[in-house]
Amino acid sequence: MAMHPLTRVLLGLACILVGLWLVAPTLVVVPMSFNENKSLAFPPQGFSWQWYQNFVTNPEWSTSFLNSLKVATVVAVLATVIGTLAAFGLDRMRARSAGLLRMLLLTPMVVPGVVLAIGIYAVYLDARLVGTMTGFVLAHTILALPFVLIAVQASLEVFDKRLETAAASLGAGRIATFRTVTLPLIAPGILSGLLFAFVTSFDEVIVSLFITSPYMKTLPVQIFTSITRDADPTVAAVGTILLCATTILIGGGLLLLGRDRRSSL
Amino acid sequence: MSASATPSQRDASPPSRRSWGALALALPALVLLVVVIGYPLATIVLRSFAEPQWGLQNYGWFFSTPINLIVLQRTFAISAWVTVVCVICAYPFAYAMTAVGPKLGLLLTLCVLIPFWVSGVVRTLSWVILLQDSGVINSMLRSVGLDGVRLIRTQTGVVIGMAQVLLPFMVLPLYSVMKGIDLRLVQAARSLGAGPIRAFFTVYLPLSLPGIYAGAIIVFILALGFYITPALLGGPRSTMLSTLVQNQVLSLLQWGRGGAMGVVLLVATFVLLALAGPLMRQKHKQGTR
Repeated sequence: MAMHPLTRVLLGLACILVGLWLVAPTLVVVPMSFNENKSLAFPPQGFSWQWYQNFVTNPEWSTSFLNSLKVATVVAVLATVIGTLAAFGLDRMRARSAGLLRMLLLTPMVVPGVVLAIGIYAVYLDARLVGTMTGFVLAHTILALPFVLIAVQASLEVFDKRLETAAASLGAGRIATFRTVTLPLIAPGILSGLLFAFVTSFDEVIVSLFITSPYMKTLPVQIFTSITRDADPTVAAVGTILLCATTILIGGGLLLLGRDRRSSL
Repeated sequence: MSASATPSQRDASPPSRRSWGALALALPALVLLVVVIGYPLATIVLRSFAEPQWGLQNYGWFFSTPINLIVLQRTFAISAWVTVVCVICAYPFAYAMTAVGPKLGLLLTLCVLIPFWVSGVVRTLSWVILLQDSGVINSMLRSVGLDGVRLIRTQTGVVIGMAQVLLPFMVLPLYSVMKGIDLRLVQAARSLGAGPIRAFFTVYLPLSLPGIYAGAIIVFILALGFYITPALLGGPRSTMLSTLVQNQVLSLLQWGRGGAMGVVLLVATFVLLALAGPLMRQKHKQGTR
């Protein structure tokens, strides 16, 4: 469809503005993280690494970071295993029951965070799970599960089942077929599910705010309390580190995706 | 389980056994769902009726206290504003994603996906830095002579921050619907004498409606339950329902009242989902036909 030149200019302008609105605001944490003063006022004054230093040396920050890392790693593995099994199960069910179960398993995505948070908090108070590693892992796993399910189901949908039949007809047993045919072909879906699960847990803040304790905090909880408490530029330093880490992760993910696309051609 | 069964084997195994095997695979996920989502939600519903005494007193209190009704109304109003802002901003962007070449398309897609991946708290933090009284936007406004514009702790600030966080949820469904629209239909309209504006409003826009519906429902529902952004960017006059729930439970230890509020939020969400489901499916069929 040929576009009027004026429409084209306006559309381009709208895109640039929206694109900037999406990406640029987050970048503001980078200059703030090198602020010399203990303030989040703009523009930042001078240059110093002290907030990065504070992040590494202050136990409040470093422990919460390590906690998040531990929880997210366990959650990524657990959610990926459970979610992949469920995706295989749904794939082998009749369409109607699969649709119903899928809808049920996706509910954690639409239940308002605070409602879920008070519910889990109530149950955890009784079960003495508040402020425990187990508590965090359980809550985050169910929140990450939908992402794994969606990713693995998507790759199962495009997976050609005749390949399994071919492997079986050539004498491969069930396990050999799964290991050498099915798994390699849906691996990109599983991997992106793993990544999504990790990020979901690493970012989760609402439920975490309720089930946290002074002895067990995750990084987002620490960031949130720090923002509400005072203007400590350490949050900006942490934000910058997270920004860099995510960029590297996305870059890696894109590379994986590119490889996947080429190999499936 | 028929992970490696040949079609003949698959047909041979009785259907009931097949579905039991499939159910067994999904069982861990379902157990986790019941224990960590179902049981807690049931607890909250129960407490909203049972504490401090059995009855409807918590709901009576909720719907008879003016401040609650104001906040409930405000929660819907803010969500509606966020949805409108998202539709207006996402529409041209999603269209451009379908119209440009692969390289530019990748760039636009990245613009949408990057916010998805950046920590939500960090993104809200950057809005705090931008919108605060001594922030970037206010110093820019001051330089053009507009002084004393308050953005943080206002509804405007909350809407700006929330819309940015939720925009990707609008762009992606819009894009997937727009990608499937047959542009020859627009050409046909043009060749039959419709001007570009008329062709857009009578052909392209109606075909893209399923995307708008889908995106708007997702954005609206997610906005209803927002907690972090209003808590950090909002003030007492932009409190949303989630903050009230948190306040009742954590500060006042009123589990019954907090639970009742939560149930109201939960019911609103599921009613909207139920209303939107058939609408979206029906429109989607028309759109792809």
